[in-house]
Amino acid sequence: MANYPASQPGSQRHTLSVLVENRPGVLARISGLFARRAFNINSLSVSPTERPDISRVTVTADVDQIPLEQIIKQLNKLLHVLKIVDLDSANTVNRELVLVKVAADAKTRSDVLEIVQTFRVRVVDMHPESLVIEATGSGEKLDSLLALLDDYGIIELVRSGSVALTRGPRALSEKVVGSEIKGR
Amino acid sequence: MALPTPLQAFSAVPKGPVEKLSADKRIVNGEKMTGAQAVVRALEDLGVEDVFGLPGGAILPVYDAINDETKFRFVLVRHEQAAGHAAEGYAVATGKVGVCIVTSGPGATNVVTAIADANMDSIPMVVITGQVGVNAIGTDAFQEADIVGITYPVVKHSYLVTSAQDIPRVLTEAYHIARTGRPGPVVVDLTKTAQTEELFYSWPQRMILPGYNPTTKAHGRVLSNAAKLFGQSYRPVLYVGGGAVRSDAGEQVKRLSDVTGAPIVTTLPARGIVPESDPAVLGMLGMHGTIAATGAVQQCDLLVSIGARFDDRVTGSLPDFAPAARVIHIDIDPAEIGKNRQVDVPIVGDVSTVLDDLIPEIERYQAINGKPDLEAWWDTVNDLREKYPMQYDESPDGTLAPQWVVEELSRQASPDTIWVSGVGQHQMWAAQFIDFHKPHSWISSGGLGTMGFGLPAALGAQVGSDRDFDGKKPVWLIDGDGSFQMTSEELAALFFNHLPVKIAILNNSVYGMVRQWQTLFYKNHYSATNLMDGEARQGDVIGEGADEIMDVPDFVKLAEAYGCIGMRAFTKEQAEEAIRKANEINDRPVLIDFRVWKDAMVWPMVAAGASNSDVTYKPGVQPLKGIQD
Repeated sequence: MANYPASQPGSQRHTLSVLVENRPGVLARISGLFARRAFNINSLSVSPTERPDISRVTVTADVDQIPLEQIIKQLNKLLHVLKIVDLDSANTVNRELVLVKVAADAKTRSDVLEIVQTFRVRVVDMHPESLVIEATGSGEKLDSLLALLDDYGIIELVRSGSVALTRGPRALSEKVVGSEIKGR
Repeated sequence: MALPTPLQAFSAVPKGPVEKLSADKRIVNGEKMTGAQAVVRALEDLGVEDVFGLPGGAILPVYDAINDETKFRFVLVRHEQAAGHAAEGYAVATGKVGVCIVTSGPGATNVVTAIADANMDSIPMVVITGQVGVNAIGTDAFQEADIVGITYPVVKHSYLVTSAQDIPRVLTEAYHIARTGRPGPVVVDLTKTAQTEELFYSWPQRMILPGYNPTTKAHGRVLSNAAKLFGQSYRPVLYVGGGAVRSDAGEQVKRLSDVTGAPIVTTLPARGIVPESDPAVLGMLGMHGTIAATGAVQQCDLLVSIGARFDDRVTGSLPDFAPAARVIHIDIDPAEIGKNRQVDVPIVGDVSTVLDDLIPEIERYQAINGKPDLEAWWDTVNDLREKYPMQYDESPDGTLAPQWVVEELSRQASPDTIWVSGVGQHQMWAAQFIDFHKPHSWISSGGLGTMGFGLPAALGAQVGSDRDFDGKKPVWLIDGDGSFQMTSEELAALFFNHLPVKIAILNNSVYGMVRQWQTLFYKNHYSATNLMDGEARQGDVIGEGADEIMDVPDFVKLAEAYGCIGMRAFTKEQAEEAIRKANEINDRPVLIDFRVWKDAMVWPMVAAGASNSDVTYKPGVQPLKGIQD
C-alpha cells in the first residue's frame, strides 16, 4: 500500500549497499530518485571500490518494509545500478567518521581527554582554547560521544555518512558484471 | 588489487583537448565518417524508417548528413513538442520505436513534455537532441541546456555523447532500451564535438548494459498459484491496461477470458485491445468508466491486473478499490507490483509471454479440478450492463450533443480507423462511445494528460499508417477546441507531408473538462475557461454582428489557411454530410468544426479521491452505493 512519505519516524533503520557503474552522473540519478519519490534518507555516501568499474553507494534510511521494497525496485530500474543489498545489521560492520572541535581550556582539557581515552578516539589538533577530535565508530557510539562532549561546548562538527561491509570472506561485487565505459 | 579510481560519480565531462585514444585502443576497422553521418547510418542500420524533427544550430551537422540518399523518411514538424508527440503516435500505431531529432537548448526543452508523456504511457521513443561542444558545456553557452539533467525524472535512460566513436553503440543501446522491458523514452544528447569528429563506423555494435536485464518470462510457481486462484474464484475480472497493448497481447487476453469465463474491463490506453463487440468486454473502468466495468471490479473476488498500474484515475480511493478482491498482478516492471495495491500473486514478465504460459496452466488445473460456475456472476454483471448502458441527453440549446458526434464518426468510419484524441471531455467521450474494432487503433495521452497531444500524434499515426499499412488505415483525430489550439501549427506539417488526417473538433467554446469540475465542485465559477471560439449558432455570421460572437479562431478559415479543407456543422444533417465528405477526401487534411453544447458533461463520474462505489451514473443516480458486501 502506498505509504508516503516513505520514511517514517520510528521505522526500522536499514542500510543499503548499492553497487553502481563508475560513471559520471550516477549520483545525480540516485539522489534525484530519492527526492522525487519522497524517500527520505538519513545518509548517503559514495566511494570507489576494489574494482575500478564499480562504485559503491551506502544509504541509510528509517523505513518500513513495504516502502523499502519500493525504494529498492525503483533503484533497480536505473540502468547504472548493478546490485542492491539490504545489509543485515547483525552481520555487518558499520562505521561513521566524525571530526569535532570542542572548547577546552586548561581547566576542562583533562576532563575532555578522559572522555577521549574512554571512547578510544583520537585528538588530531590541540589549541589553548580547543581540541579537534577524530572519532570513528557506529552511529550510536558517536552519538553518545557527542552527547558527552556537548557539555563542554561543541564549536564545530562534521560527520560522514555511514559506510558498511559485510563480515566474512565474501564480496558483494562477486559475479557482478561492471563496465569500463567512461562516458555517460 | 586495482587501485580505486577518482570518484567519477561526482565528476562531470572532462574539459580540454579531446583525449586521443592510444593506438591499441582506437578502432580502425570500418568506414571513416563524421559522427553526424554515423548518426544517420546507425539509424538506418537499426531499421528506422521514419524520423520526426526540427533542425537548429547544435544539431546542424546531423541535418547536413540527411539527404536524398538517406533511407528513412524525415518529417519536418513546426514545434519540437510535436516532433515528440508524432514519434509517440507513430510508435503506438506501428508498435515500433518512434525517433525524433531536435536541437539543443529550447529545442530540447520543448520536447520534454513529449518525453514525460512517453514515460508515463510507456511508449518506446528515442529522442536525439543537439548539445553545445564539449568545451562549451557548463559555460551557459548559446542554446545550452542540461537536457540530460532536466530529463532525469522522466526518461527510462539518457546519454550525453562526448565522443563520436560512441555514437553507433549508444544509438544501438538507446534503441534496445526504448523497446525492451517496460518501453519508454531514451534521450541521446549529442555534443557538437561528437557530431563533427571522425570515427571508423562498424556495425553491428556490442551493447554494454550490465545493469539492464528485464525479466520477460514468469517462473512456474507463480503461474500455478495464479491458476489455483482462478480455480477458487467465482467473481473474477480481467483488468487490462496499456502494458497489454505494448506487448500486443489482445489475442492472449481474449483467450484468457474465454478459458476462464472472466469479463474484461480496460483502462484508457487499452481501449480496443479486444473488440468492443465482444460480449466479455464491459468497457472502461474508473473515473469515467461504465457502471458495469466499475461495478464488476468493485464486487469481484479476483482482480487480474494485466499490464495496468492502479492509477488513481482508475482506482479512486485506494482502500475502497475492489475491497473484497484477491489480486494477481502481471507486469513487466517489478516496481509497479505492490506500488499502490498489495498483491496476492505477483507475476513479473512480458504480458504476452506470461499469458501464453498461464493459459495452459489454467487449463491443466481445470482439467483436474473443474471450472468454477460463473453464471451468477455474469447475471450480476449483465444486470448492471443492461440497467446502466452508456447514455446521454440531447443538447437543450439546439447544438449538437458531443457524444452523438462521436457515435456518428464511429458509425461512418472504416473498422480499420486509427483513432487519436487530445485531452479533455472529448477524449473521454471518444473512449466511451467509439466502437473499437482492433488493437493499436486508439492513441491518447493517458498518464500525463497532455493537451495538444492529438494533432501531432495523429500526424505520427498517419506516417505509420502510410509506412506499415499502405495508408489503408485512415486516421481520425477527435480533439477539443482547447486541446487543438495548443499544437494547431502542425496543420502545416500535415499539409506539406500529404498526410490526410481527418480532424473532428468538438467545439464547445470552453475548456470543457475544467468547466465540468467548476460546475460540480467550484460553484459554477467559470474562472478562465471561456475560449469564445465556438459561440456562433446556426444562421449567425461568424466574425460579424453581435458583440458577443467572437469565434476566434475561425477553425474553418484556420484549416483553409494551412491548405486543408475546413467544414462546420451546427446540425445533425450538416454533421452527417461533413463526416461523409471527410471520409472521401484522401489527398489532404480535413477539419470539421462541430458546434456542441458547452454544458454537456462526461458521465458516469467518480469524484477525485472518492470511492469507485460512489460512482454517479447521471446526476442523482449512484447505482453502486451500498451494493457491495
